[in-house]
Amino acid sequence: MRVELKGITKKFGSFTANDRISLTVEPGQIHCLLGENGAGKSTLMNVLFGMLHADEGEILINGEPVRFANSGEAVRHGIGMVHQHFMLVPVFTAAENVVLGFEPTKSFNRLDHKSANARILELSEKYGLDVNPEAIVENLSVGLQQRVEILKALSHDAELLILDEPTAVLTPQEIDALMEIMRSLARDGKSILFITHKLKEVRAVADVITVIRQGQVIDTVPATETESQLAALMVGREVNLTVRKEETQLGDVVLELRDVVVRDDRGLSVVNGVSLEVHAGEIVTLAGVQGNGQTELAEAIAGLRHVESGTITLRGTDITNQSPRAILDAGLGHVPEDRQRDGLVMSMSVADNLVLNTPRRAPFARRGTRNLAAVAANAADLVERFDIRTGGVDAMASSLSGGNQQKVIVARELSRPLTCLMASQPTRGLDVGSIEYVHRQIVNERNQGMGVFIISSELDEVLALGDRIAVMYAGKINGIVGPSTSREDIGLMMAGSTVGEHV
Amino acid sequence: MSDLNAVLAATQGGDSATSKFNSGFARFASRYNSTSPVILTLLALILGFLIGAVIIMATSAAVLDAWRHSAHHLGYIPSALKISFDNVAAAYRAMLTGAVINPSQLWHSLTTGTGWDTTMTPLSETLTYATPLIIASIGVGIAFQTGIFNIGANGQAILGGVLGTAVGSLIHCPMIIHLPLLLVAGVAGGAVCGLVPGILKAYTGAHEVIVTLMFNYVVNAILLYAVLSTALQLPGQSNDISRTIDSSAFLDPLFGAKSGLRVSYGIVVAAAVVVFAIWFLKRSSLGFDFRVTGANPNAARASGINPKWIVISVFLVSGGLAGLAGAVQMASTTHYIDGGFLIGSAGIGFTAITIALLGRLQPIGIVWGSLLFAALNVGGRSMQAATGIPLDLATIIQSVVVLLVASPVLIKEIYRLRNGGQSFQMSTKGWSS
Repeated sequence: MRVELKGITKKFGSFTANDRISLTVEPGQIHCLLGENGAGKSTLMNVLFGMLHADEGEILINGEPVRFANSGEAVRHGIGMVHQHFMLVPVFTAAENVVLGFEPTKSFNRLDHKSANARILELSEKYGLDVNPEAIVENLSVGLQQRVEILKALSHDAELLILDEPTAVLTPQEIDALMEIMRSLARDGKSILFITHKLKEVRAVADVITVIRQGQVIDTVPATETESQLAALMVGREVNLTVRKEETQLGDVVLELRDVVVRDDRGLSVVNGVSLEVHAGEIVTLAGVQGNGQTELAEAIAGLRHVESGTITLRGTDITNQSPRAILDAGLGHVPEDRQRDGLVMSMSVADNLVLNTPRRAPFARRGTRNLAAVAANAADLVERFDIRTGGVDAMASSLSGGNQQKVIVARELSRPLTCLMASQPTRGLDVGSIEYVHRQIVNERNQGMGVFIISSELDEVLALGDRIAVMYAGKINGIVGPSTSREDIGLMMAGSTVGEHV
Repeated sequence: MSDLNAVLAATQGGDSATSKFNSGFARFASRYNSTSPVILTLLALILGFLIGAVIIMATSAAVLDAWRHSAHHLGYIPSALKISFDNVAAAYRAMLTGAVINPSQLWHSLTTGTGWDTTMTPLSETLTYATPLIIASIGVGIAFQTGIFNIGANGQAILGGVLGTAVGSLIHCPMIIHLPLLLVAGVAGGAVCGLVPGILKAYTGAHEVIVTLMFNYVVNAILLYAVLSTALQLPGQSNDISRTIDSSAFLDPLFGAKSGLRVSYGIVVAAAVVVFAIWFLKRSSLGFDFRVTGANPNAARASGINPKWIVISVFLVSGGLAGLAGAVQMASTTHYIDGGFLIGSAGIGFTAITIALLGRLQPIGIVWGSLLFAALNVGGRSMQAATGIPLDLATIIQSVVVLLVASPVLIKEIYRLRNGGQSFQMSTKGWSS
């Protein structure tokens, strides 16, 4: 199916999200839409999928102009969309989810499970999408859940498949598998629109890349462009993709974990005896697929989760099961995994968020009375130094972009005296420009002799930042390797095998 | 799901940008940032009075008769309209003159320089009625801002009144000590009453809504026990009535007993509470912790705020203010308590919940909300006296206003206002936390 977008313009008030965007997806083509967060990718896809209506421009399918009043009409015209956040019923089986809304029935309206299952098996065999139709969705891994979403789109005879940031939640192996599926769909003549801001993936799988920035098409280029050329197109300036690290002297141990055991909310032991040391002047990255205990380990270190056994020391001070206040005061910097949940108060000002964990410290307060002038001065200083793009220090945190929200947290942590900085998924959801910035700040701190502990499921990040890379699997450290270890080996270690030399 | 929400929000935003404003009134209102709570509340108030007008007409025999006639003779319609209008106007005029000021009486006072007591009585009554409401509502509002639903303000106020009565009647000392001591006793009574649910929530996870709600009944029993006890019961009485407090513990009338105006130094206490609350929420470190906890309990914990301590201190502050309200009510009006003190329709602690929401939990908003409720009540009484329309009409108007304020989406829809990005966030997150 040939899909053309011609001069699509979509405005939200005075803000133009899409400005005369035109692009063409040929049959059997993997067309990648590349752009930073907020560039207008999702808006464009929602227009194409009938969830938003364009102010100007038209959509042509096989040369015929079409108008979709809602996404149901888009589906009937052969367009399928896999959303970033899945829209599945967790307690239903894979097959039930796929046929939801179009259930095959036997007499007396009884569900025909057999033919539903057969339909799934037929589709999954055709495209190599292995899913057990009888499996309950909530028990499936994220990668498999995504396959159910793809199957759902295909079962409605989708000819054009829109994948919105499909790799954000996947492991490296799952990403490879997804790309294989995309290729096999394209071979079968399906068109694919693939939305992402990750350069590596784009080059691996796309036939054609359309780069959009600030709502406009910047260029349409072949996949042979280099990563830095693509990054420059996307951000609008040269971007330094490799993190420069100077040689530093290893200092004392600043963060030491000894046989740490932690349980999750269900009472299951998810961290099973982790031992690790972080020295001053080095970055230790903890790699691992989400859900292998990293989140709980980070919470335990920050004092937000009970440590069952083992000890955590911060430059010789035992901080095991201390209150978060005591641990913060002992000098642990903490960039939490979910910044909007744990790191910021969205309805409060940037200035207040910048003193969120030091509100009683001089000069921000004296004898229980806050010094708002000092809070504002501190905010003005940090906004300047960390280049936080905000409408003002009184603007609410919710008005900032994701990258700038993260800058607020990083600025807050780095502006107080730290022994060790712990950052969980520090660049999750950030665009290339912001990633570059956050990485540079982290490396600067290391160069100045701070110990840094990074927890990340992003393989590129783990490799780019880590002086040593610890890989976590099933609640244990599966090995600690050097930064020259290959992606494949680390990927295998993340999946449970023990390869690679130990450092 | 969040994607879908984002799309929905985006769609609404898009529509509003291009939407045509149907009425001139909407255009007028939108100029004043239609999403502003003040405008929304005023619009709700207007609608409340309109609905009240319909009810006045529908329940007035004269109006109904006039319309019955005009159904037979169309020529009667103008007079029916006039009768309807006159009825509503008379009722609302009585309400306004009873609650705020009577213009002709004001003119009389201005020209002759006499009768000021009569002129100022409506305002004095409204302020008297508003005084305990302001104090208790601010207490409730502070708890709500922290995400804690203190439904027990009434019990806390009663216990404040009981302790205040005990101190006022059983201890005898000069006013300079006695009155402050009574107020402190009120605060202490409310704080103790709040402390129990606070500790239960902090250390056992008991839900504060259930505990505080049930505690109101416990306190009702304590009240009855207190006023029947030998210590507090009026000597020589077998009824549920307490001793009268010493005059050294009275909150005296602000303009002297001879002025005839009931408004007392309680209003000064209320003003002090307002100033304290503004300072507390904006400038104090504890208030900052409260607000952070209310806005995002997860971030509060990660930032080193101890949630147990916050829960307990919220109940101390909130309960203390409710207790103060009870003590002020007793010391400024009756000077004694009985078994029905703040029970039933006099339950200021329950009204305080409504007013806190109406004032959007902000001290200044709460002052306006309290004045509005007080004016509707005081004015309602004089309306009842002048026109025979029952006081319940005031309650209906109050209810409509609160319902509409609690549903800003509805009022925006009614007045076709532009949808600003932010919606009013008085979520019930406290229930689920």
